[in-house]
Amino acid sequence: MPNLSYLKALNRAIGDEMDRDPDVCVFGEDVGVAVTHATAGLLKRFGPERVLDTPISEQAFTSFATGAAMAGLRPLIEFQIPALLFLVFEQIANQAHKFSLMTGGQTRVPVTYLLPGSGSRESWAGQHSDHPYSLFAHVGVKTVVPATPSDAYGLLATAIRDDDPVVVFAPSGALGVREDVDFAGLAPVPLGVGRIHRGGTDVTVVAVGHLVHDALAVAEELAGSVSVEVFDPRSLFPFDWSGLAASLERTGRLVVVDDSNRSCGIGAEIVATAAEEMRLIAPPRRVTRPDGAVLPFARGLDLACQPTRAQLRAAVEKAVKAG
Amino acid sequence: MTDATTGPATGPAAALYRSVALIRGFEQRAIELVRAKVVLGGIHPYTGQEAIAAGTCAALRPDDVITSTHRGHGHVLAKGADPARMMAELAGRTTGLNRGRGGSMHAADFGVGVLGANAIVGAAVPIAAGAAWAFRRAGSDRVALSYFGDGAVSQGVVLETFNLAALWRVPVVLVCENNGFATSMRTADTVAGSILGRAAAFGIPARTVDGTDPEAVLDATAEAVAHARTGRGPTLLECTTYRFDAHHTWEHTARPRYRTDAEVAAGRARDPLEIQGARIPATTRDAIDAELAELLDRAVRFACESPHPDPATALDHLYATGMRARAGAL
Ligand SMILES: Cc1ncc(C[n+]2csc(CCOP(=O)(O)OP(=O)(O)O)c2C)c(N)n1
Repeated sequence: MPNLSYLKALNRAIGDEMDRDPDVCVFGEDVGVAVTHATAGLLKRFGPERVLDTPISEQAFTSFATGAAMAGLRPLIEFQIPALLFLVFEQIANQAHKFSLMTGGQTRVPVTYLLPGSGSRESWAGQHSDHPYSLFAHVGVKTVVPATPSDAYGLLATAIRDDDPVVVFAPSGALGVREDVDFAGLAPVPLGVGRIHRGGTDVTVVAVGHLVHDALAVAEELAGSVSVEVFDPRSLFPFDWSGLAASLERTGRLVVVDDSNRSCGIGAEIVATAAEEMRLIAPPRRVTRPDGAVLPFARGLDLACQPTRAQLRAAVEKAVKAG
Repeated sequence: MTDATTGPATGPAAALYRSVALIRGFEQRAIELVRAKVVLGGIHPYTGQEAIAAGTCAALRPDDVITSTHRGHGHVLAKGADPARMMAELAGRTTGLNRGRGGSMHAADFGVGVLGANAIVGAAVPIAAGAAWAFRRAGSDRVALSYFGDGAVSQGVVLETFNLAALWRVPVVLVCENNGFATSMRTADTVAGSILGRAAAFGIPARTVDGTDPEAVLDATAEAVAHARTGRGPTLLECTTYRFDAHHTWEHTARPRYRTDAEVAAGRARDPLEIQGARIPATTRDAIDAELAELLDRAVRFACESPHPDPATALDHLYATGMRARAGAL
């Protein structure tokens, strides 16, 4: 069975969708030579009218894609750095996202924003280590964070086909993940449908993005003593609330591990919703970056701000003891 | 372009007059409805600037598109939107262009090529450019035209778009409405260098046009549109004009002072309505005025009598796919 890397899965999804639909086009900086690899080979395959190297003008080309989408295309924009989303928050949250409602349903803006390498990449310091998915979930922009190569393929394909703007975060911590897959079995994955990577009965760990792999490792470590269910929401907006409720029916205990800042992060929303609406027999817990964190440069400091397996394990043990 | 002295209410000069007069009349009614609290949130009156909307749209085909600004009523009407549905939109009614979801600053009518007025200064310029690029890519000769104010030329995204549009020869016409002010700030106090100089920096052909004269605007736009349609890329038109009324109707009560009465009087002396009105026979003008008065009366009645949207539908259309968000407070 072929062994597919996460990055190659993204690349394959874009290529397959461009093959399938001539309206799909790609904008971004250095997408021609594919410095991030996500767009490798696409310029040669589809030509410069469909794969466009843009000047370093994120704000202009992000809304340029909005206009192109209103005129019938399905642009995908690749951003080299997750913090560039702060530059184009206006263009995504305040323009692309709002057009459907503000026009009373007269238009749609099917643009995909791809972030290959979100979150900390070993010591890239303050302006290259953000993981701002919670911001987009907060404003209601469709937001996905795939954890595995086949989900990266399937969620990106769905994002490209979706009639609304969708931000796809590909965590740098997941880019190296590989998976044996049958290429014929690669298929779109719907938004808003979570995935249980491992069943369990004592506690549900909701893990976002690359942290799914840490959660699986912790579940394995604890296998003799605690039965951990690992739930990967895959998309944060829409979120699979019924999938989470079903999992909590089985376990009654909840730990969320989320590589974004604690205050107003997606982890807070998951915990709050579970507390309001779902079966909990112990207080829910969160493992996140600190409040308002900016990742420092020195590797040890950078790591000190990210959720760790040890923290997750401690949180799981606390949750189990408490109920 | 003077119509025959006894001609009917048709012909290009009369059509331009009608377009200017429609916008003028619409704005007057809208201001009355703001005062009557039928239109909430106020409006940014376009009075005095009508020649630009009328002249530019007269140079466009129905299948060309525009993007507009917070001061967008004139553009939307000149492009062909139904005044009654536009008025209903200002009044927040279900029969409005945007089903009451957009209001004054977001009026859109995709059916006539209005991709939306936009409340963020400069934000719609790249949207027009992207649409124009998509047209060219589809092999059509449609063009896009984007309106923006003198204040917008200090926005990075506008200048970034100049670069993209020139680099990729995007068929977009860039129309700067220089009314001398960004809210209270004079153009000279906010624009270093010149507006045309910004275009020159990107190799974009640019000229200044008398934005109080509908025919001058039409001629200049026709040239810019032909330039775009034949694959030669963007043009910038700086249309000089004067805003007769407030920046926004809140000024009617707050009354900030940033220009003198003499200055306003001088500005009002060059009135596009009179300039174009003088080019058609008085009888034609009277006939058009009478037709518009009735049409606008009907528009106001239509807006006032149309239903308010059901609060339960507040988040309809949030997603083009029909996805429903969680209820929250609803
Ligand atoms: C990016 C941005 N900054 C500030 C505002 C608030 N604002 C609305 S209109 C306006 C002045 C715009 O001036 P100009 O572009 O010259 O257009 P005009 O109002 O004269 O038509 C300002 C500052 C805004 N809407 N968007």
